Amino acid sequence: MERILTGRPIVAGSAKGAALVSKEPLSFWGGLCPRTGQIIDRRHERSGANVTGRVFVLPQGRGSSTSSATLAESIRAGVAPAAIINLKPDPILALGSIVSDELYHRGVPIVVLTEKDFFSIKENDQITIEPDGKVLVCTKHSAK
Amino acid sequence: MSVKLSERDKGILAGRDGKAAQMAMRILVRMAEVCDAAELMDVSAAHIDGCGLLSQTSLEFAETLATLGGRVCIPTTLNMGPLDLQNWRQFGINEDFAAKAIRQAKCYTDMGCIPTWTCAPYQGYLTPRFGQQIAWGESNAICYANSVLGARTNRYGDFIDICAAITGRVPKCGLHLKENRKGQLLLRLIDIAPAIMQSNVFYAALGHLIGSVAEDKIPVIEGLGIDASSDQLKHLCAAAASSGAVALFHAIGVTPEANTLEQAFGGTEPERVIDITLSDLQKAKSDLSTVAERANLDLVVLGCPHFSFDEFRELAKLMQAQTEKGKTLGPNVRFIVISCQSSYALLQRSDFLDVLTDFGVEITLDTCIFHTPMVSGDTKVIMTNSGKCAYYAPGELGVQVAFGSMAECVRSAVEGCVLREELTWKES
Repeated sequence: MERILTGRPIVAGSAKGAALVSKEPLSFWGGLCPRTGQIIDRRHERSGANVTGRVFVLPQGRGSSTSSATLAESIRAGVAPAAIINLKPDPILALGSIVSDELYHRGVPIVVLTEKDFFSIKENDQITIEPDGKVLVCTKHSAK
Repeated sequence: MSVKLSERDKGILAGRDGKAAQMAMRILVRMAEVCDAAELMDVSAAHIDGCGLLSQTSLEFAETLATLGGRVCIPTTLNMGPLDLQNWRQFGINEDFAAKAIRQAKCYTDMGCIPTWTCAPYQGYLTPRFGQQIAWGESNAICYANSVLGARTNRYGDFIDICAAITGRVPKCGLHLKENRKGQLLLRLIDIAPAIMQSNVFYAALGHLIGSVAEDKIPVIEGLGIDASSDQLKHLCAAAASSGAVALFHAIGVTPEANTLEQAFGGTEPERVIDITLSDLQKAKSDLSTVAERANLDLVVLGCPHFSFDEFRELAKLMQAQTEKGKTLGPNVRFIVISCQSSYALLQRSDFLDVLTDFGVEITLDTCIFHTPMVSGDTKVIMTNSGKCAYYAPGELGVQVAFGSMAECVRSAVEGCVLREELTWKES
């Protein structure tokens, strides 16, 4: 089943990947290892999961503004998510992606979806993101 | 929505002021779009936080801007860096780390920043004025500048801080605008004894509690004493900006945008009213410790945010009293105080520097224990009087932590285990 959602591009770009879904915000600083892409915040619901190459679906970041540097560093190290889908624009995450784009010409596309669309994405859905903010969602195995 | 740019903005974006300013302006314009700002606005001072953390990206970002000829166009101070630039060898810092940290530091000073290297910039040089529009980084400093001084800044973190300093511009949004500075939550202090309200620990515990309750809302505190010192408010700000993202609070009769309740809320009603009692504060205080009394102590850390001259004086008095009783630092305990050059310069002209060094205090400047690898791997338990340090130490340094007053820290350091004062914080 394929659906097309219309989002707001916060950092425009194209990306593809399988959804990694978190219902809970995450502070990238202290929450994501910028060398491995693993979620290291032990209190987080997706602790232990790896974001590398995934479309990371999380409501927003949290806490420290140093999260910009953590995201940028993970992009530099090649372990960043393929894209990020948020529920609210998050300037701290956006900045990390924009700076990486300026420095290395490699940003992570970030799209904001409405609440209904955001929560319609399930773990492992195949996601394609387009520069205008369109999000194609393909659910491989429909739950019966 | 596209951002309306001034002629000067357009010129910078076209490369008129060089490639570094062009890159900085591109980042600012993109961030203005993210924040839905209609235009950019001027700031007249900056404080850079991005100089503090050493990662490959932060170093390469600084080197790119410096190599492209970046220069700050407004007075710009520096937060603590990743290294004690003069004394790092005494603290066993790895040479490779130090070499990179020195490169990063040089980029920022080459761009014309003032080498203050402190996370308490409001206690030193170029303190912002009431109403001044500034671009400050460092969470505790942002909270202090907005709340205590009444200057106006958003939470500028790594990267965007230096972009603002190079161009003198920021997206016009958030706390730069008066209408976004109104209080949202009312926190009423109920029956807190004056003696408790004069203790320094009260401010860190209150800050910790406020941060957890307010998250990123603007809290208004009713009942705070008017005689709170700069150091006490510093600890309140640091703790509130750690457990929460508090960038601005008001305190009725204490902070400059809150002469009255009506003024603090700007004519609006509080979203919530929360009463804070002594037992809430006691809970906040015990939340900040992960070890019980009598736990074996390895290290005391004071100076988060950076120690002021007044704090050095208070510490010297406490240590003098121990010395007169024939006591000194426990054999297996280290005692580190973190500060900045400007406070240390005053300390050198005082008559009590020897009291501190004779007791066994190690003083490190320009940096902090979270950004420079100075805490050895066998350190298991640390004690601090800082709510911020207590909040971050377990996660960032992998240690257990005890939170207590400066006097409790000194006594515990002498005895080699975590001790509490009998008299403080008893229910009255």
